[in-house]
Amino acid sequence: MFGYLLRRLGTFVPTFIGVSLVSFLFIRLLPGDPIMLMAGERGMSDERYSALLTQFGYDQPIYLQYWDYVVGILQGDLGVSFKTKRPVWDEFFALFPATLELSVCAMAFALLLGLPAGIVAAVNRGKWPDQLLMSTALVGYSMPIFWWALLLIIYFSGVLGWTPVSGRMSLQYFFPSGTGFMLIDSLVSGQKGAFSSAVQHLILPTIVLGTIPLAVIARQTRSAMLEVLGEDYVRTARAKGLSSLRINGLHALRNAMIPVITVIGLQVGTLMAGAILTETIFSWPGIGKWIVDAIGSRDYTTVQGGLLMIALIVMVVNLFVDITYGFINPKIRAR
Amino acid sequence: MNTVLNTNEGAGGGSADDGADDAAQARPGRFREFWRYFRENRGAVAGLCVFVFFIGLAVFADVVAPHSPIAQDRGAFLQPPFWQDGGTTEYLLGTDALGRDLLSRLIHGARYSFFIGVVVVVIAATSGVLLGLIAGFAGGRTDTLIMRLMDILLAFPSLLLALVMVAILGPSLVNAMIAIAIVLQPHYVRLTRASVLGELPKDYVTSARVAGAGTLRLMFVTVLPNCLAPIIVQAALSFSTAILDAAALGFLGLGAQPPTPEWGTMLADSREFVLRAWWVVTLPGLAILINVVAINLMGDGLRDALDPKLKRS
Repeated sequence: MFGYLLRRLGTFVPTFIGVSLVSFLFIRLLPGDPIMLMAGERGMSDERYSALLTQFGYDQPIYLQYWDYVVGILQGDLGVSFKTKRPVWDEFFALFPATLELSVCAMAFALLLGLPAGIVAAVNRGKWPDQLLMSTALVGYSMPIFWWALLLIIYFSGVLGWTPVSGRMSLQYFFPSGTGFMLIDSLVSGQKGAFSSAVQHLILPTIVLGTIPLAVIARQTRSAMLEVLGEDYVRTARAKGLSSLRINGLHALRNAMIPVITVIGLQVGTLMAGAILTETIFSWPGIGKWIVDAIGSRDYTTVQGGLLMIALIVMVVNLFVDITYGFINPKIRAR
Repeated sequence: MNTVLNTNEGAGGGSADDGADDAAQARPGRFREFWRYFRENRGAVAGLCVFVFFIGLAVFADVVAPHSPIAQDRGAFLQPPFWQDGGTTEYLLGTDALGRDLLSRLIHGARYSFFIGVVVVVIAATSGVLLGLIAGFAGGRTDTLIMRLMDILLAFPSLLLALVMVAILGPSLVNAMIAIAIVLQPHYVRLTRASVLGELPKDYVTSARVAGAGTLRLMFVTVLPNCLAPIIVQAALSFSTAILDAAALGFLGLGAQPPTPEWGTMLADSREFVLRAWWVVTLPGLAILINVVAINLMGDGLRDALDPKLKRS
């Protein structure tokens, strides 16, 4: 197990170097140099230009600049936003809880519906529940989620008036954000109605962001279950006269979960990409909207920092999934 | 499709399941065999029909569309479809906020979607397959280098990487297509490399090498045709991903620019009318969805027919 851990960590380091190199080069690949980008259309005097060049280290050789950049990352320094002049690192962590809250809810939504749907489809293989569920999953899998969001807004916010159109919390409530998670903060604040307002704001974004993971998980659970249901030990259990609930629930599901766990881990990238669209549509103040806004306002240090941080999150989660997988499945370790 | 599958025969041994003696007859039979499997899958055939219908729309857009996609009628802003109050049969599916015929814009949008799909898949697949072949054949450091580079690309969520690349290159449809192609390419590299590594130790490759085939011949004539099945399936699936991602970029204002009748861009234009004019929002998205579902259905059918190993039981 230890050897496996080391080997897996061994691939993490070069990928980290590569990812940091990509985000480092991003600003330098833009047309124009970073200082001119920072100055915007106003321009600046030559003295100010060379002073800034020295201040940000852009007059040094490129490999030294990269070295400073990596050292900065490791110390939690991602530079300063062109726009707000605040540290990108601080801005990221101020907004990250909003994205995390939304992603966790979306994943819970996807799992709560996707696992049972996959199991029901597998047990009823070829019959109408299977066909119905799998056609629905196909549609979900093919869904342009930005359009799906607009449809839900038209119906639930426009026609029925059940849910708000944007934001995380109704303006009438105000309380300090302790954890950054609106569900927890609103509960702690003890204000009447605050929690239900938080939930109402969460419902549509959760459905939108959870749709594709839901479809993927349902499909994957179905095929994993089908594979396991064909195994000898399941047939033995059936021959012993165990109830089908016990067979499906206990014997089959437990082993079918192994590939499903990997798929769940792989959905983190999908969630992050989905968050970009979902947050933009629902004006959800998380990192997805932050990056889109930063691209729109040419705040390139922010884009750079966001790019790096999101890639790091995806990498760390994948690393974690691989290690968990190694724990569960000894065959992987041996490889 | 036909020609692609036929090349499989030349390689012989490894994957050809027909007997050796009827190899001569099997040449035309390859496609028929594929079609027999494909036909069994009703969903795939339905997907194919819809796909062909959309291609027809794309090709004959100028003839089929009742109006110009960019002509504005000042007398008909946000006119609803003909079956609703206030709708006319002149604009069957209504008009958008600038008085442009929605039906005509949707029909012309099919053009952009297919253009995007084809260009992205061609760029991603050719470069990806090439890199995969090189990695698989060269092994050693070259292999490690290529695969690590692909790992780096895969560490970024695809839409985010595409967004950032468009930020560098500037927002336009061409740049969006380049970005999406780069993002999709690592999947082809991995797939090709894995199949190449699976084929290399087989006897037919060794015998070709002993017979004096050079590396290039081994790559493209001997091994590649036997790796094609998963690549074709991947091509179908990334066709739909390309359409979705291009629409998403258009929606964020970083893909095709107005007044291009690209479906995602049309959706972006219509966002402010979400609660007032359902048709300008619903219809472009529906076109994207139907298109993508059809292609994914086809992709599932292709996988079942071409590659029994990948079959989703």
